[in-house]
Amino acid sequence: MSISSIKRAFGGVLFLACCLPALHTARAQEKPYFVTYSYDLEEPGNLDIETKTALARPDGSTRYGASALELEYGVLAWWTSELYLDGQATAQDSTVFTGFRLENRIRPLMHDHIINPALYVEYESISGADKTLLEVVGHDGQSDLSELNGESRKEHEHEAELKLILTSNVKSWNISENFIAEKNLGHSPWEFGYAVGVARPLRTAAAGRPCTFCANRWIAGVEAYGGLGDTAALTLGETSHYIAPLIGWEAPKGLRLSFSPGFGLTSTSLNRVYRIGVAYEFSQIGNWFRHAGGTQ
Amino acid sequence: MKRATFIFICIVFNAILAFAAVHSHWDHIPAKDHDRANPVAGQPEANAAGALVYGDHCAQCHGADARGDGRKHPSLRSDNLRKASDGDIEWFLRQGDLAHGMPSWASLPAEQRWQLVTYLKSLQ
Repeated sequence: MSISSIKRAFGGVLFLACCLPALHTARAQEKPYFVTYSYDLEEPGNLDIETKTALARPDGSTRYGASALELEYGVLAWWTSELYLDGQATAQDSTVFTGFRLENRIRPLMHDHIINPALYVEYESISGADKTLLEVVGHDGQSDLSELNGESRKEHEHEAELKLILTSNVKSWNISENFIAEKNLGHSPWEFGYAVGVARPLRTAAAGRPCTFCANRWIAGVEAYGGLGDTAALTLGETSHYIAPLIGWEAPKGLRLSFSPGFGLTSTSLNRVYRIGVAYEFSQIGNWFRHAGGTQ
Repeated sequence: MKRATFIFICIVFNAILAFAAVHSHWDHIPAKDHDRANPVAGQPEANAAGALVYGDHCAQCHGADARGDGRKHPSLRSDNLRKASDGDIEWFLRQGDLAHGMPSWASLPAEQRWQLVTYLKSLQ
């Protein structure tokens, strides 16, 4: 198996997304960040399905494509729950399923403020072959991504991850900061990381007629993320850092596409990582079952 | 004594819930937000844009005709909205009412919130 299998899977999701407009859909408020979280939660009752794909080539290794399928459900207006399924394909190696993550985000404050916090709690059950780069913590580096799948998948990680998400909306600019603490539930020390994102629609007012490519449907921004060491060595030495411009497009009928080329800033970082996101939001999925059950 | 304490806690808890249920966000809108003028009030273009924003973000819960579903999602053709100023509605959209299921739309650009307010007012 190779990168082409990832591309085929990605194409399949895109095709599926394009075939679904007949169902109830909605536009989310979500920003096109890949690593940074904003305090925007899923609207209650809505289901957002998204793939986040990372394409990269570590030094001295072969190209890979890693994909995370994300199922995000709005439980309440202040609580969103997510399931991630991760996998990757490495050229001249193999395609493997690398594990799952369960995540919950809550907004502890019921009102909007200048700085708005959200709390993030995640449990990860992933193998060492995971290359989705959904966060960078501790001393994560490209050497972790260049092992053969046969070797790296022997390592199994049960991890807990906590994030403090802070978001401000200033004159249509979304500014989000994440402080990340992650711990292998076995023996490893706490590892720390950060992610910061800024994004804004290209046009802030909506158009007065239906349109597909008008400027208010495009969001541009930039995010930066990296590791901050661990409790054993709380230092920036041997840590990875990235800066990544990003662009997102909200197509009609609930489809969202996003793209971001990321550039490594240190010798332990990947030189480049390209990210592609495809998302589709279904509104009020609970109603589907109510209608099917004949209660309405 | 323990029983009395338990009953007291139950009464206080229920009083808090009742207070939260009766006192909606509408009762707490700051004066400066109440008085805020809608920069696109009465503009047909803003009304048309607001209708599209409504279709994208609000119709899923409140219905295409804004009459709600009679259960969790209230009608937006209501006394509350008729009496509210444009500033009140914009404030409510920005804050949401998270405890009662209404998300905050603070991440929506302010221009779109005002367009939405224009459309909602036109429905009354």
